Amino acid sequence: MTRFILGRLVKAVFILLAILVFNFMLIHAAPGDPAAVMAGEAGAADAKFLADLRTRFGLDQPLYVQLWIYIKGAIQLDLGYSFRQQMPVADLIIDRLPATLLLTGVAFVLSLVLGVMAGVAASARQGSWGDTVISTLALLFYATPLFWVALMAALVFSVWLGWLPGFGYSSIGAGYTGLAHVLDVARHLVLPATTLGLFFTAIYMRMTRASMLEVSRLDFVKTARAKGLKRGVIQRRHILRNALLPVITLAGLQAGQIFGGAILTETVFAWPGIGRLMFEAINQRDYNVILGVFYISAAMVLLFNLITDVVYVIVDPRIRLTT
Amino acid sequence: MAKLRNIAAAMLALVLAGPLAGPASAQEEGDPQQGGTLNVVIQPEPPGLMIGLLQNAPTQMVAPDIYESLLRYNFDLSPEPQLAESWEISEDGKTYTFKLRDGVKFHDGEPFTSADVKFSMDVFLRETHSRMRVYMEHVESIDTPDDLTVVFNLKQPFGPFIGIFEPGTAPMIPKHIYEGTDFANNPANNTPIGTGPFKFDEWIKGSYIHMVKNDDYYMDGLPYIDDIYYHVIPDAASRAVAYETGQVDLLPGGSIENFDVPRVREMDNTCLTEKGFEYFGPLSWIWVNLNNKPLDDLKVRQAMMHALDREFARDALWNGLGKVATGPVSSSTKFYSADTPDIGYDPDKAKALLAESSYDGETIRLLGLPYGETWSRWAEAVKQNLTEIGMNVEIVPSDVAGWNQKVSDRDFDLAFTYVYQYGDPALGVSRTYMGDNAEPGSPWNNVADYQNPEVDKLWDEAALMAKPEDRAAAYKIIQDQIVSDVPNLWLLELGFPTIYRCNIHNPVNTAFGVNDGFRFVWIEKK
Repeated sequence: MTRFILGRLVKAVFILLAILVFNFMLIHAAPGDPAAVMAGEAGAADAKFLADLRTRFGLDQPLYVQLWIYIKGAIQLDLGYSFRQQMPVADLIIDRLPATLLLTGVAFVLSLVLGVMAGVAASARQGSWGDTVISTLALLFYATPLFWVALMAALVFSVWLGWLPGFGYSSIGAGYTGLAHVLDVARHLVLPATTLGLFFTAIYMRMTRASMLEVSRLDFVKTARAKGLKRGVIQRRHILRNALLPVITLAGLQAGQIFGGAILTETVFAWPGIGRLMFEAINQRDYNVILGVFYISAAMVLLFNLITDVVYVIVDPRIRLTT
Repeated sequence: MAKLRNIAAAMLALVLAGPLAGPASAQEEGDPQQGGTLNVVIQPEPPGLMIGLLQNAPTQMVAPDIYESLLRYNFDLSPEPQLAESWEISEDGKTYTFKLRDGVKFHDGEPFTSADVKFSMDVFLRETHSRMRVYMEHVESIDTPDDLTVVFNLKQPFGPFIGIFEPGTAPMIPKHIYEGTDFANNPANNTPIGTGPFKFDEWIKGSYIHMVKNDDYYMDGLPYIDDIYYHVIPDAASRAVAYETGQVDLLPGGSIENFDVPRVREMDNTCLTEKGFEYFGPLSWIWVNLNNKPLDDLKVRQAMMHALDREFARDALWNGLGKVATGPVSSSTKFYSADTPDIGYDPDKAKALLAESSYDGETIRLLGLPYGETWSRWAEAVKQNLTEIGMNVEIVPSDVAGWNQKVSDRDFDLAFTYVYQYGDPALGVSRTYMGDNAEPGSPWNNVADYQNPEVDKLWDEAALMAKPEDRAAAYKIIQDQIVSDVPNLWLLELGFPTIYRCNIHNPVNTAFGVNDGFRFVWIEKK
């Protein structure tokens, strides 16, 4: 196991480097640069203004020099400086990380638990009234664009009913502390976390249901039934455990995205997370911020892929790890 | 100083100091009430608040709560005292003398003096501010005979000079903090210090910027409100929702999509004003790349101009706000002439002109402005207008950075834009038409590459004329000539609605609207 993990980690470093170089080239291939964007927003700029900005940002250097400087920094975990926000990128990301982790983490747990439970319930009585309702809902959530769900949720629950705040992370200027603050954040969290979670709930549900049905037709399930085991035990210990592997694969993918944030949801609900930071940085061509977020997300995807593989072994002892 | 007292009659209107209590045009019924919090939308999030370094729109909106300039301007662009309590312009138009207000302090308690004025104008802004660099070329020297007197000695008369003393152009920057430092990297940029009615308190990136009342403000009893929250809300639909749910009470012009405006303005206790953009005179037009065939043909350009149904665009896309442009100068800008050659909607004339022209079915690339849904739809409307007279048009999509790049590189046939005019043709109009200001590399100069030496000569002369009536005559000729040449297709003087709860008084009281600091705002309790 240790050898496997070490081997994967070594590979991960090289993959990460390749991703960094690739991202760097990709971003610099897009038209415009941060100096031009800032000059554009000013509505007036002379050549000196642009040249000053480019010198300050180091954009006057040849591309390979910029790449080398970036890689050198990245290896030492120095993510550079945001041109636009005048702050170290690492600070920016750390500032935004708690909000994003809260949102994506809650959405992750919510969708995994709800999705698997709904999937199990639907598969227990295939073709029944309950199965049809759950499957139809899942299809609906799966097919509806996220931004539309988000806007409608804000419209219904915030504008019409007035139950929940429509956007933001907490009530600005309310000065809540302690439990009041926690409750306030929780109220703000409901709409974005539900919106973000719905899509994955639908996927988990469909995956669990299909997988459960497939496994329940296998011979060992018949044997278990013939032994006279209770229906619930068969469902839980025999079918579900075997049906979970594809769900875990998917959960691993989603977990990798937890650190990348959720661009659409964070934008619509003005949630101050990493997804928005990245989206705005792309529009503003704030190269170091974009690369920094990519760097962190890529590292997390690699890490969670590794964790997923280890979880496979725990869930299904038949699987052996080889590097 | 005898000649200073001998003020030319024509200058009198510019020289007389107004009432100290605030612009007369903004006085409202009822007694101002103290207290309250103002919740305002800011979009996009500004990159910083140090206004001397950043000239982008969101910084220009938030920072004037903190930073001030010597003057303030009424809706008709006449100056009012701010940090200067009076001023005089010599008869030959070359000497400007400002008397500063006594007892003004920066937020850190240091006094504001003539040394700060000289440092700001002569050192800081010359170094950092593109527009100021150009204006300051007219200044020979700045004298500070005492702590409260500043004298600008100009090389030659420069009429627009009296119009530059506003916070976005000439903010007063504390010398004691910035002198001898690397301006762009000074740590103080994160804790901006000015003389204004509000102090910077806190900025939670991605959420809000908080300003609190400056209790030591030098204008008696001002500001009325306790604090301001600028809410960062990235999605336009969510900004409308934020107003509808009462989380924000003031939507600055352009912060929600135009198609949401009719719904929001119908709400109870909701007021809307188009005022507050007089200084900026935002004028939209379509750049025509005069170096591309067949756009170098005057008849093709005239045909396109007459093909555009701009009344439709105003009514359908801009809720009827704004005005159809008559030429290169906005009607709120000084020396505007309404009486220019006709460029109105006339599709039959457009078809006839196109038939006579050298246009032969070429595909024309139209670059839209990536500023949201209104602009996308507008590009489609223009495409349809041009298709109706028999042209082939292809819309080129882009994001903001891509638009900048394409316009800077002149990689387009037609390109949407809109530009601020800063109250005077010499400050905001000439730069987009002068022949020697056409170098590629900037999206804000003479992008079309319009070359007319006669007009260039007039631009140069008009800026340096001492008498306003002489300038007016010169600008009349310029406007007529440019409109006849149709170097670009003028669209609308944009009407940006500022939407707010009616119990918020004075959100817009000068030609700068919400960009002038909220010192006169008061909130009526219900």
